[in-house]
Amino acid sequence: MELSYLSILVFLPAIGAALVAFIPGLSAGVIKRMAAVASFIPLALAIALFAAFDRSPAAAGLIQFEEKLPWIGPLNAYYHLGVDGLSLPLLLLTALLGFLAVLISWKVNLRVREYFAWLLLLETSILGVFASLDLLLFFIFWEIEVIPMYFLISIWGTGRREYSATKYVIYTLFGSAFMLAGILAMFFTTGSLSMVDISQQGLGMAQSVMRPAPIFLLLIIAFAVKLPVFPLHTWLPDAHTDAPTAVSVMLAGVLIKMGGYGMIRLPLSFFPDVARQYAQFLVALAIIGVLYGAAVTMRQTDVKRMVAYSSISHMGYVLLGIFALGQVSLTGAALQMFSHGVVTGLMFALAGLIIHNIHERNLNKLGGLARQAPVMAVVFSIAGLASLGLPTTSGFAAEFLVFVGSFTSTAFPGIQVYTLLGVLGVVVTAGYILWMVQRVFYGPVKEEFNGVKDADALEKVYTFVLVAVIMLVGIYPAILTDVIRLGVSPVVGLLGG
Amino acid sequence: MPYQVAWTILLLPVISFFVISFILKPLLQDRPRLSGYTAIIAISGSLALSVWTLFAVMASPEHEVAVPGINWLVVDGGLTIQVGLLVDSLTAVMLIVVTLVSLMVQIYSQGYMHGDPGYHRYFAWMSLFTASMLGLVLANNLVFMFVFWELVGLCSYLLIGFWFHKPSAANAAKKAFIVTRLGDFGFLAGILVLYANTGTFDIVELRELALAGVLGGAVLTWAAIGLFAGAVGKSAQFPLHVWLPDAMEGPTPVSALIHAATMVAAGVFLVARMFPLFEHSIQATTTVAIIGGFTAIFAASMGLVANDIKRVMAYSTISQLGYMMLGLATGGVAVGMFHLFNHAFFKALLFLGAGSVNHATGTFDMRLMGGLRRFMPWTFITIVIASLSLAGIWPLSGFWSKDEILITSLESQPVLFYLALITVFMTAFYMFRAVFMTFGGEYRGGAPETHGHHPHESPKVMVLPMAFLAVLAVVSGFWNVGGQFGAFMGHGETHGFIEGLFHPFTQFLPWLSLILAGLGIFLAYAIYSARWLSAEAIGGWFHPLYVMLSRKFWFDELYEGVIVRLALVGGLFRGLQKVDERGVDGAVNGIASGTILAGRGVRRAQTGQLQVYGMVIGLGLLALALFVLLR
Repeated sequence: MELSYLSILVFLPAIGAALVAFIPGLSAGVIKRMAAVASFIPLALAIALFAAFDRSPAAAGLIQFEEKLPWIGPLNAYYHLGVDGLSLPLLLLTALLGFLAVLISWKVNLRVREYFAWLLLLETSILGVFASLDLLLFFIFWEIEVIPMYFLISIWGTGRREYSATKYVIYTLFGSAFMLAGILAMFFTTGSLSMVDISQQGLGMAQSVMRPAPIFLLLIIAFAVKLPVFPLHTWLPDAHTDAPTAVSVMLAGVLIKMGGYGMIRLPLSFFPDVARQYAQFLVALAIIGVLYGAAVTMRQTDVKRMVAYSSISHMGYVLLGIFALGQVSLTGAALQMFSHGVVTGLMFALAGLIIHNIHERNLNKLGGLARQAPVMAVVFSIAGLASLGLPTTSGFAAEFLVFVGSFTSTAFPGIQVYTLLGVLGVVVTAGYILWMVQRVFYGPVKEEFNGVKDADALEKVYTFVLVAVIMLVGIYPAILTDVIRLGVSPVVGLLGG
Repeated sequence: MPYQVAWTILLLPVISFFVISFILKPLLQDRPRLSGYTAIIAISGSLALSVWTLFAVMASPEHEVAVPGINWLVVDGGLTIQVGLLVDSLTAVMLIVVTLVSLMVQIYSQGYMHGDPGYHRYFAWMSLFTASMLGLVLANNLVFMFVFWELVGLCSYLLIGFWFHKPSAANAAKKAFIVTRLGDFGFLAGILVLYANTGTFDIVELRELALAGVLGGAVLTWAAIGLFAGAVGKSAQFPLHVWLPDAMEGPTPVSALIHAATMVAAGVFLVARMFPLFEHSIQATTTVAIIGGFTAIFAASMGLVANDIKRVMAYSTISQLGYMMLGLATGGVAVGMFHLFNHAFFKALLFLGAGSVNHATGTFDMRLMGGLRRFMPWTFITIVIASLSLAGIWPLSGFWSKDEILITSLESQPVLFYLALITVFMTAFYMFRAVFMTFGGEYRGGAPETHGHHPHESPKVMVLPMAFLAVLAVVSGFWNVGGQFGAFMGHGETHGFIEGLFHPFTQFLPWLSLILAGLGIFLAYAIYSARWLSAEAIGGWFHPLYVMLSRKFWFDELYEGVIVRLALVGGLFRGLQKVDERGVDGAVNGIASGTILAGRGVRRAQTGQLQVYGMVIGLGLLALALFVLLR
């Protein structure tokens, strides 16, 4: 029998968490090294799986590295893991940011044992979401994620951390309630919990307990909270802003991608016809998200909050790409999820560094740091340029695909107008990004920041790694799109496009 | 010519950028000159190969050298984006312009940037800029072109903000990027419209589709106008002209290279590149002509009153770019591109001259200069040559291209022709106003706070490139005296050189424009040299006009103050932020506190007193009984 690579990948961080939590007498240094190992092996595995993934056109729609064991007989639930072109890039992204999050947390000195245990458990839960092919398993991983997140924000966070943590948990559970209802409806309709079977065989609509549209909407609401979609987004700025740096990186980098991934995997694949009906509505929400998010971002004065709001705007492009319902647009949406993960992960890492090294987070009080912290200035500028979609960064490849895909989409008449409004968002993005860079790094050198620390060796490592990934995907996007298309084309097949 | 030559032209400065950024800057921090040499050697190589390319293109019957493309991004369902080059006569000319001006500017920069702590960084970015511009002119499809288009914008941002510790430089850099990005929105939209209707990004295919009439009607018009919006941003045409004067915050050689000679020409190049699309839409051509013609006179008018020598030249650049647009729209590719070609050399020279003057006096304010002809004869002579060329004096290069634009605009756009004719007068006036203020009269002391009390000629490394460009400012126009440039660009017939050289004197129009230019020079002389008229007095007579021009028609106030600050950031965006905090998030918190309040209310019912519970149970039973009995 083949080795269960995916299971090892998913559960290694959790095992690391258990070891860190329960072995007595570990010093902080040892705990950090253990956490690094427990997150590095999954990264190495993910890279290996990515390299070994069958990219031939014949592999379109096939689940690779599949593991399937009976789990709960009466419910027809299986322990079913596997990846396709849609989930593999996100799995890789999670493993990458999971490892970097440990490095980013190297300077955490408060309750070190608990912190790293929760951080590793968080990684397992997100990896599990992307690897699960059974609805019950998916839901359980989805729910587990809330627990570490609550503690991470409320104990190690800043500002109104208890409020933000509670808000995050309740909002997420609100969404999950809809998802559970949706999953139950699916189960009672089909008798199956397998995502693969349901999307391939369709629903036996005759004996459906509910009409398809309500089930679709239940699932959409659940994922819309996570993505987030306007107007369900207000948990995000609070949680991202008040979370500790590494957790912000995980939140913005991968956690919200669970929403976009879930949308493609569940409601879109299960109910392609209903998706067509609601495409215009959801695309409209996407464009509102893009423009409204960008407008509100422009008004922020807190460096982390600004990055947080920009995520709302950027996730609008994901939603646009998804509900333009075409091969190109969906490829763009999937690429945008990966790209945004790396880019915004980097931006949060740097925002955290600024706050940690300079002890100032108000954009109006920062300034002139390019002289005192040149490395941070360069890396932050690159992250910013990627965020505004400059060519040769991943942001451009992703956004361009979304735009071309949506503009040529036949999802509904008039989508071109929506697309152009979305393109307009790019101008506002350039505005707030450059303004932010200017307010932090340019202008006259400020005396009070003399002697602040620039990025040290460890910080250079993780920021440079992210820069390299951004440039690699920007210059050679085919490295990802060749994988993504295998996951997207079966979905587009279902959509009849 | 093997097609690898074209790729090498592009790759040499890219390699130079990487060598400087990742090897020289980190490892040889104290040997900055090496960066300069690296960049110069790379661009010299590109220039040599560009010359080879030019001759190869001239020799080939179709004026085109085939370069196979490579797939960059392929998505099932038809989307294929290629990385490929297109080498035709247009590209060949642009390659020469870019590499030649870039080489001169970089040689000059060794003197101008001497001792600047950012020396490595400067040459790294200059190399990256040159590479981007070369990529832009070489690209064979719109996406690839857009990639370099944006990179050119990035380099411009970086170089304008080179002295980022100055708030004015940081602001100008940001402004340039955002204003041009507004135009890029149109460019991107144009690309989308074209792709949606033709399924291709390839420039040659698109041009053929337009020629064949497959691409036509409203689609073509809107696509062309979208592309033109991109050109308006990049080439600083009205109403997106506001960024260019501020871009003078960058080091002066940067202004020479990117804000005069090459990058701003990218917009003109784009229109020329896609010209068959414009040609087949009357609306699009008319739009280009009107915007170009209006910009020419509009920008020149602001140049009349500027006191900063670089700003005078910046307005001049905007104005001349307007001429090019007008030339393209009325006379076609050859006419517009010919002016671009000539303008690149004399305008680069003018900016290098301004830099030289600044080097000597420490200021750009012409009111603090004067009398410099005695201290800096070389700078003086070269600037005068460039100014004469710009003013369109026979037989210098500017005369030939400007003359063609006037002739073709008279044929198709008479109103714009008169505007262009007035602009000829204004151009000659503002250029010689600058010359007389800078070099004539007595020296007025230079920058008060610096060493500018003993102005001196610039070092050889700065003067030689200027001298070389001065030669070009004289002779570059001769390429089309016999119509050869036009023939190379694909239309017009050729005739003898001597015949062409004196042909203008047999016509009325060249006389008219020469007389107008002469009048402009004379008026400048009368006011600023002979002082028969007092500038202050004239300013006083036309006070409202003077204020309007010197305040740049209040466009900065309108855009920054009213639209961005007041209407968007302070108005709409602020309102949306309130909506977000109070409305959307307020609803979330409202539901939460509503739930808590409801809990408090319902909790009252749970009193824990058995009597109350019993009474409620009794009442309930009674109600049920009544309901059953009375039904």
